[in-house]
Amino acid sequence: MSKIHVNTTVNGDEVDFLCDPRETLLDCLRDKLQLTGSKEGCGTGDCGACSVVLDGRLVCACLVLGVEAEGKTVDTVEGIAKGQDLHPLQEKFIKYAALQCGICTPGILVATKNLLERSPNPTETEVRYWLAGNLCRCTGYDKIIRAIMDTAAEMREAG
Amino acid sequence: MALDDTKTKDFKFVGTRPERPDGVDKVTGRAKFGADMTAPGMLHGAILRSPHAHARILSIDTSKAEALKGVKAVVTRADFSTNPTFGPGLTGEPWNVLENVMAGEKALYDGHAVAAVAATSALIARDALKLIDVTYEVLDHVTDVDKAMAEGAPVIREGAADKSVPAGMHPNVVRYHDSGHGDVEAGFAEADLVLENSFKTEATHQGYIEPHACLGSLGNDGKGELWCTTQGHWYAQKMCAALLGLETSQLRVTASEIGGGFGGKTTVFIEPVALALSRKANKPVKIVMSRSEVFRATGPTASTSMDIKIGMKKDGTITAASGVFRLQGGAFPGAPCEFTAMCAFAPYALENVHQIGYDVMSNRPKQAAYRAPGSPMAAFAVESVIDDLCKELGLDPIDVRLKNASHKGTKASFGPRFDDIGLVETLEAAKAHEHYNTPLKEGQGRGISCGFWFNHGGETAVSLALSEDGTAQISVGTPDIGGSRASMALMAAEELGIPYEHIRCTVADTATLGYNEISHGSRVTYASGLATIKAAKDAVNKLCKRAAQKWGIPEDAVKWEDGCAVPSGANAGDFDPLPLAKITANMGATGGPIVGHFEATPEGAGVSFATHIVDAEVDHETGKTKIVRYTVVQDAGKAIHPTYVEGQFQGGAAQGIGWALNEEYIYGDDGRLQNAGFLDYRIPLASDLPMIDTVIVEVANPGHPYGVRGVGETSICPPLAAIANAVSAAAGVRMRELPMSPPRIVAALKAAQDG
Amino acid sequence: MVKVHLWSGLRSLVDGQDAVEVQASTVGDILRGLVKLYPGLEGPIEAGVSVAVDGKIIANDLTTPVTTESEIYLMQKLRGG
Repeated sequence: MSKIHVNTTVNGDEVDFLCDPRETLLDCLRDKLQLTGSKEGCGTGDCGACSVVLDGRLVCACLVLGVEAEGKTVDTVEGIAKGQDLHPLQEKFIKYAALQCGICTPGILVATKNLLERSPNPTETEVRYWLAGNLCRCTGYDKIIRAIMDTAAEMREAG
Repeated sequence: MALDDTKTKDFKFVGTRPERPDGVDKVTGRAKFGADMTAPGMLHGAILRSPHAHARILSIDTSKAEALKGVKAVVTRADFSTNPTFGPGLTGEPWNVLENVMAGEKALYDGHAVAAVAATSALIARDALKLIDVTYEVLDHVTDVDKAMAEGAPVIREGAADKSVPAGMHPNVVRYHDSGHGDVEAGFAEADLVLENSFKTEATHQGYIEPHACLGSLGNDGKGELWCTTQGHWYAQKMCAALLGLETSQLRVTASEIGGGFGGKTTVFIEPVALALSRKANKPVKIVMSRSEVFRATGPTASTSMDIKIGMKKDGTITAASGVFRLQGGAFPGAPCEFTAMCAFAPYALENVHQIGYDVMSNRPKQAAYRAPGSPMAAFAVESVIDDLCKELGLDPIDVRLKNASHKGTKASFGPRFDDIGLVETLEAAKAHEHYNTPLKEGQGRGISCGFWFNHGGETAVSLALSEDGTAQISVGTPDIGGSRASMALMAAEELGIPYEHIRCTVADTATLGYNEISHGSRVTYASGLATIKAAKDAVNKLCKRAAQKWGIPEDAVKWEDGCAVPSGANAGDFDPLPLAKITANMGATGGPIVGHFEATPEGAGVSFATHIVDAEVDHETGKTKIVRYTVVQDAGKAIHPTYVEGQFQGGAAQGIGWALNEEYIYGDDGRLQNAGFLDYRIPLASDLPMIDTVIVEVANPGHPYGVRGVGETSICPPLAAIANAVSAAAGVRMRELPMSPPRIVAALKAAQDG
Repeated sequence: MVKVHLWSGLRSLVDGQDAVEVQASTVGDILRGLVKLYPGLEGPIEAGVSVAVDGKIIANDLTTPVTTESEIYLMQKLRGG
């Protein structure tokens, strides 16, 4: 099957790749751009480990075809830190031990950053439902929720 | 082993909560998990799986697949070792693993691997699978434990049973456990109330979010490299070597970061297949499982069917207890029936107790360990009956458990006497907890339960090398599943007296250290921790020796204090403290590199107990349940990094909530798994759960220098029962089958109404 | 002689006894002694057993010492998760 040339912007960088029309955006990020921070936990949009932001919208990269990224912007976990400075969410996740194995962490960080951009002052319930598409099997979510609530408070204070 | 130098107080680093050393890697996407590795010239592997629950494989024609452009190798069972010393049955575990990795004469369950392909792309590999023609003769199948034991059930494999099985049992019953003491019939006669009931639990999957993944490279010279996500890379090395007919030392295995395991990554599935494909294609081969493959062909727990009988006096004294535990562990021997039986009544000091376990084969995937394998189901059944007894006799459930609780010196239900244990302390902490003393709201139910697990030590090797600048690097052999590197560094910091941040802990590959048993049995902080402490002590001894040489005094006149060598007393001489970095700065010229080692099989793991308190609500119309409050109280012996101990408590509770309420393997009449995905196999979401409160009880384990007990597994022992007790109270009807999914609750309510 | 308690599932292999006595000063001696006296125990022991010595569960270490005073239980070997 002939491949398709895709031009897109990932974490602010203009990139291009050739992909089979059957390949997902997740396959392309991981295998063609070596951005392996986005994880495949299910391939069916149920676990959220591959969460990325596509033109501002939170999506599962396993449910988007690589060719659909043409002309769009994609933000992944690799773009959350600015240079060597971690995003407050990243710092709090480490501080609160909001991860054990860490496989769900990239997706949860991408999803949560997107939430806080839309809703800087979320309730705990809002956070829990926003993350209902991001499975974590290790933590029971307790420390994740605490890290997020504290980050949101701190970011509001910092303005 | 004798512990000469234990330390139980005045810790400087142990018990603090520093950031984990791999934190930045994990939050930036830099950490490399199983599927994140590539190699030049790499091929992609894919595995063809049986669509039948039970079928004879008459022929496999791979010619069309081999002819597809881009396909470089196809393997079947013929490409693996035919070592004749392997055989079915209990002692033939490598044979069982091989049979599970690639089917032989029969496909034994839906999802059983029958052939595999390596191709230049994952898409071509998948296309090639469709070109493999397998001719099956479909056989009768059975997936339910009670049916698999019944007369006339299809036989999974003749001759798999060991000698423990009583005569006359169905050939699918492959192992039998029977233990206890006293006279249960006499005990029941003494009771004021005897209750007897039956319980069932469905199989659940460990549900780690990272599917199995590996990258293998093997040449025809018998030398290989394997990268994989595993709880134990030495086990993977040993097992792959056995299955492929290699020398163990010629295969180097590196453990990737591991995206959850919970017992499910304690064996091999795709690793030997990738190596077999690589050997044939002479190129590296990567295999990554799909989620559906993970559900169909790896994990799950055993499903159970259990009968419990307990007698109690009016004052709450348990006079006798007996249990029969039937475990279905898939198409292979190994369901942990003996552990279900031995854990069942372990929390209680009983004069009369008797437990029987059956290991039963059926046409399901080979069960794998899952967090305290076998124990949670037993607790569900036993603690439900105790709860009913308390209710009928009008007794407080914690008081009754305290009255009967095992303590130091109690003859355990499984035989030996307990050493120092912390069950009473967890019950007292639960009773005093604000949660237990807060009134319930209308329509809510509260449940409590105790749980028990053995914990484990196992072969362990650790090496600790000092650098010239006075920093230290620890090599451990136990994959870090939940932040254990932080605990190792804390224990080394405590011994060396240098800051936590100056220590780097690495999970070493199989070529670097001696054999390390799998990260299982809650053994990492216990055993690798003990080995880290001992390796650090070994390094400290060597540091003291260098100081003694420098000062010209005997070695035993030097001791280690706060990161410095100092004279051990006034008579030793007057020298300024010599800091570690001053000694290491010129160690090359004073005797060479300084490295501490420890290699042993620590045998003092120390059992552990927990008590959980749960409040639940039930919607009587829809059967939907909600956990509104949850508190875990568990004995950790000594919490090295309390935050990660809490994390283990919370994670175990959350998995227990899933097991109790929603998770189950659902098989159709055709023997096929009907819910092989996270949409239909529903693990707890953030929106399902409350915060999970934790109380860390510390009753020091005499078998560890700092008193550590493993904490990973015991946390999943009480939840099924505690939740069942809470939900049953809220529903007003006793739930005896897990999961307590909405349809089951609605059916139970209706049955109670119809009376 | 050291008294070794067996789980009941093994009793059919040792003429119905629930405990047997062997000459032993270590856990390894016990296991070797048991197989020598009762060859039927070889299968279960090879498949993996732990030996509880005075309440401490020895899973691997054959050198662990035992005395005639020790309370010894044979148990099936642990597999954790």
